[in-house]
Amino acid sequence: MSPKTLYDKIWDAHVAHEADDGTCLLYIDRHLVHEVTSPQAFEGLRMAGRKVRAPEKTIAVPDHNVPTTAGREDPAQMTEESRIQVEALDKNAKEFGVHYYPVSDVRQGIVHIVGPENGWTLPGMTVVCGDSHTATHGAFGALAHGIGTSEVEHVLATQTLIQKKSKNMKVEITGKLKPGVTAKDITLAVIGETGTGGGTGYVIEYCGEAIRDLSMEGRMTVCNMAIEGGARAGLIAPDETTFAYCKGRPHAPKAGAWEQALEYWKTLYTDEGAHFDKVVTIKGEDIQPVVTWGTSPEDVLPITGVVPAPEDFEGGKVEAARRSIEYMGLTPGQKLTDIEIDTVFIGSCTNGRIEDMRAAAEVLKGKKIKEGMRAMIVPGSGLVRAQAEEEGLADIFREAGFEWRLAGCSMCLAMNPDQLSENERCASTSNRNFEGRQGYKGRTHLVSPAMAAAAAITGKLTDIRELM
Amino acid sequence: MKKFETFSGIAAPMPLVNIDTDMIIPKRFLKSIQRTGFGVSLFDEMRYNRDGSEIEDFVLNKPQYRSAQILIAGDNFGCGSSREHAPWALDDFGIKVIVSTSFADIFFNNSFKNGMLPIVLPQEQVDVLMKDAEKGENARMTVDLEAQEITTSDGEVIKFEVDAFKKHCLLNGLDDIGLTMEKEASIDAYEAKAGAERPWV
Repeated sequence: MSPKTLYDKIWDAHVAHEADDGTCLLYIDRHLVHEVTSPQAFEGLRMAGRKVRAPEKTIAVPDHNVPTTAGREDPAQMTEESRIQVEALDKNAKEFGVHYYPVSDVRQGIVHIVGPENGWTLPGMTVVCGDSHTATHGAFGALAHGIGTSEVEHVLATQTLIQKKSKNMKVEITGKLKPGVTAKDITLAVIGETGTGGGTGYVIEYCGEAIRDLSMEGRMTVCNMAIEGGARAGLIAPDETTFAYCKGRPHAPKAGAWEQALEYWKTLYTDEGAHFDKVVTIKGEDIQPVVTWGTSPEDVLPITGVVPAPEDFEGGKVEAARRSIEYMGLTPGQKLTDIEIDTVFIGSCTNGRIEDMRAAAEVLKGKKIKEGMRAMIVPGSGLVRAQAEEEGLADIFREAGFEWRLAGCSMCLAMNPDQLSENERCASTSNRNFEGRQGYKGRTHLVSPAMAAAAAITGKLTDIRELM
Repeated sequence: MKKFETFSGIAAPMPLVNIDTDMIIPKRFLKSIQRTGFGVSLFDEMRYNRDGSEIEDFVLNKPQYRSAQILIAGDNFGCGSSREHAPWALDDFGIKVIVSTSFADIFFNNSFKNGMLPIVLPQEQVDVLMKDAEKGENARMTVDLEAQEITTSDGEVIKFEVDAFKKHCLLNGLDDIGLTMEKEASIDAYEAKAGAERPWV
């Protein structure tokens, strides 16, 4: 048998039907659902008189629209339209009988944090959600990607997706990371290297010593942003770190089933000599703490750099860079560490897990944020929040001057009341720096949690290594 | 789904690269639970001032492009989020075809599900179409999916590739779910087999 990549193995194990032209029905093991991209899909089922084929494999949670302030059970905290979407999910979850974590449940949170935390996401599975950051679950060696609402309806009705196989891409991060460099810096550095379209048509497998050394939280951060590089899915082969994370989670297999699952999971790796259509190799020791300067996640530079000039680029990127620099209110040649920040946001499905909370707390311990700074930490789930409280991290945040919020997507996409105002500049641990992403005319610099915490203290984009 | 039929229409040039889903339809319009009515908000932040007045030099506000049915766009169109509201908004505005050197995967798929045709062409051919589009309302292009051809206003014919299954669905207006349900026996068989092999799933 010819050697297979990890992606080949998971793909092959999920083909329920293959047509002559290679179009496949890919069976879906876990379908995660949130309130923004699902109402039209449930409505479609209702109109056609269809049922959810596998409600036991379907998990719903509201996250995008929910307020993150205390007393959010009060509907008055939401806009009318947000309330309608959350209520629609309540109703649809009940009517179609899928698993559901309502806002009042301590396990509620961002769908991509809730899935792994409760053991829904396991190695070798196929996982989809009407959200591009579904790539997160690839950290478990699960084939996970975002889908549109028509596909959400298709999966609800048939538990399959119509798919053609993507190409294989290997991204290897060799060696060790230097102090101050995190999973977020790895994933941004990769996008800086490949561009936002570099992964289009591919599934990426991340490998190499620097990836192996990451915790599950770090691996999720890396895979989460595969989509920002254009790849629908990112994968990391499961290993002892993965198995240790999964063991004992509420929906992970137990007793004999655990042993059986483990035996299978240990076969999930890329065979020696398997073919990759594209290979990118980056030395771990070359990666520095990075920030974005523009309005595309590929606009990445080491924190020691300066704002580029449009002429530094070629082709269509010249005009795009000119537009970005103007939108961001920057000057070519300006040092990145001279950029002053108004707001700091720590959270999101990229960096809203317990390890991210710990990284921020380590920087903030015994410090105060700069006067006038607006700073918020939004844990990715109620369980992350509870653990951070228990570990004393929440006290550190409050004492430093941060707002300590309830779980949700919050200012990552600003669909709830957490938004930037015009020209407000934010150091953010989220995943997209698009125009208007965090609020109309808001300006976003993507950074790691430690760098975000550092910026909150100094009031500027800051090289974390100077605070270590 | 509606059938995709051959048509001639006005093409609007949008050469900017990396036009993302947040530009196409900003998140504040994602709160609807309907599939329609997004056209008026298409490209909202590029198209309107905060007071609701139009930004004159935005391409779709120019008189010659207000009824455009084709977009000729820069590289990596539709990158970002999975929101199907992006193709819904384009469709609702009247755009049926988008041409670029590349598209983000999820956007590309979502477009087909809504009877729209995203076309990938090499840079030189996109440049030809971009130039033609810049001529305004007199430059009507014809898109023939059956023949896989775009004809410029000068009569130049450009061939394009399209996945055979997707083409078949578009031309016949086929509903994916209905098609898949015809293969229910395969799904049942898969479930039985996978359930035995990996019972913990």
